[in-house]
Amino acid sequence: MIEPLIKIAILIGGLMTGAAYFVLLERRMAAWVQDRVGPNRVGFPLSQFVSGLKDLRLFGLGQPAADGVKFILKEEYTPAHVDKRLFVLAPISILVAALVTFAVIPFGDVLPGGVFGDEPIEMVVSPGAGVGMLVVFALSSIAVYGVILGGWASNNKYSFLGGLRSSAQLIAYELPLGLGILGVILATGSLDIGEIIGEQARTGWWFALTQPLGFFVFCVASFAEAARLPFDLPECEQELIGGYHTEYSGIKLLLFLVAEFLHMIAASFLIVMLFLGGWHFWFLTGSGSEATWFQAIMRLVVLNAKIFLVILFFMLVRWSWPRFRFDQLMAFAWKVMMPLGLINFVVVAILDQLKIVSGNDSSGMNLVCALAAWGICIGAWVAISIAGPLVADNRPRRELNSFEIDSQM
Amino acid sequence: MMLLAAEVAPSFWHGFFFVFFALLTCGFALGVLFSNNIVRMAFYLVLSLGASAGLFFLAGAEFVGAMQLMIYVGGTLVLLIFGVMLTAQSRFISMKTPSGEWVLGVAVGGCLLLLLLSVAFQVKDWRTPRGKGGLSLEDSKTSSQIGMAFTGVRVDKLDQKNEQLAGGMSGYLLPFVIVSVHLLVVLVGAAYMARTKRRATATGAVG
Repeated sequence: MIEPLIKIAILIGGLMTGAAYFVLLERRMAAWVQDRVGPNRVGFPLSQFVSGLKDLRLFGLGQPAADGVKFILKEEYTPAHVDKRLFVLAPISILVAALVTFAVIPFGDVLPGGVFGDEPIEMVVSPGAGVGMLVVFALSSIAVYGVILGGWASNNKYSFLGGLRSSAQLIAYELPLGLGILGVILATGSLDIGEIIGEQARTGWWFALTQPLGFFVFCVASFAEAARLPFDLPECEQELIGGYHTEYSGIKLLLFLVAEFLHMIAASFLIVMLFLGGWHFWFLTGSGSEATWFQAIMRLVVLNAKIFLVILFFMLVRWSWPRFRFDQLMAFAWKVMMPLGLINFVVVAILDQLKIVSGNDSSGMNLVCALAAWGICIGAWVAISIAGPLVADNRPRRELNSFEIDSQM
Repeated sequence: MMLLAAEVAPSFWHGFFFVFFALLTCGFALGVLFSNNIVRMAFYLVLSLGASAGLFFLAGAEFVGAMQLMIYVGGTLVLLIFGVMLTAQSRFISMKTPSGEWVLGVAVGGCLLLLLLSVAFQVKDWRTPRGKGGLSLEDSKTSSQIGMAFTGVRVDKLDQKNEQLAGGMSGYLLPFVIVSVHLLVVLVGAAYMARTKRRATATGAVG
């Protein structure tokens, strides 16, 4: 009973603190990209409490604490025209779904036994969940409820439009997300996230190297699922004044924002674990299921460093691409990501079967297969960009004119 | 999951979470019944089905629980809510159920409840003997067995001595294929119905 509670406390504490400080990091990065200074003043006002101490400024590290206190102490205002019950339930449900996901996502590997009891401790809240990937996938589709219901309950046309856009986007991008995961599951033969990492560590070939197409498809789809730029259509400020959380303020808005950040963090966890080898790094972490203390600590460090880098990449992308238009978003999901995901699935199946038939599991064979996968990846990318040039074209489309739409109404 | 590692009275936590999820399921099911607002009804249905997924997890049927979340909570009901929100006009937003439908519903539901209760009381002993740790982890690793059974290999019946029972070991390959072809037909039909229709009569310059 004690052990899972400690794990849950570590996880929730780490995630909440992490989310708060990632907001600060993101603002500083935004400032850096846009050649501004960013929030660097809020520190800890020690002189307020003890006279004679100097205020600490510390590069703006007090900003997350100030933001959190501000959000919590703000008046919790519920507009009169909303559906009160759903208005309250929506942010709660989205945060619950985002947090429960982390029950099956490992945040490390194992700690060797000997110090905290005799058994080795697995760094995941629910160890041995054989269907971890399925649970993650199922919970990612629940997140859409918070957005839809928040938008609907607000009784505001901007919120409603944001909710509609968002549900269409999340449902559309779940398919490429699943296709990206399928290739990995096929290559591993397990739905257990720990085993997926173990397989990459055993062979030394990260799935990003052997399934590049699946990696790209999964990355793009998880950006869309996390509703980050360039996929932040649910809440684009210029068009929808914040979309589904227009009417929210105070702690309910905080729940939405935290859930959104948790989606991004969960997406980076999954990208690292499914495609970038999880805790594995060559010559540094070992590859077996047992680990010495040095290896166990290195695994923790490597995993968290990788996740941090992926989150940095998320933030860099945010300030590098403009937002998609809605028809571009849909075309991108159905006409580009879906075919690429299917191609990846077939290629992975064929290459795996080739390895089994030839009975050759040497590193040379692996290298050949990886090179073939990269070749097919580049080929498919070029083919799809030649076949669907309209996707990147910003001019209005003339395939549907108003007459055809009117005739359907 | 907590109860798996429980050292102090695992049966207590098992019972606690069972009652918790069961109350949630029943409570939100009643919420569906007694609510007048159709969107609220749909969301209570979501919560009720989600809580029953919790019951599946508690029983060690992780695969079924995950499927419940994925198919019903995350798939079917999203479409339901989507449809309800888009089509809900003022007369549907607050629905009044006629008393005739109440009588019919109570009759049908009561019959089902009676059937379930009589079956439930026929079971002699609900407790299956298990190891002292409550559920064992091995019970929940069923996903690969289910997958094998779908492709025709019943790994759970390999040691079946009885010839007649062993004959049924061909697994679920045929039903699986029939269902998937059926689904494919439905998808093609849906795509056909939903596609943009071009009228031949009035197009002319439209092309």
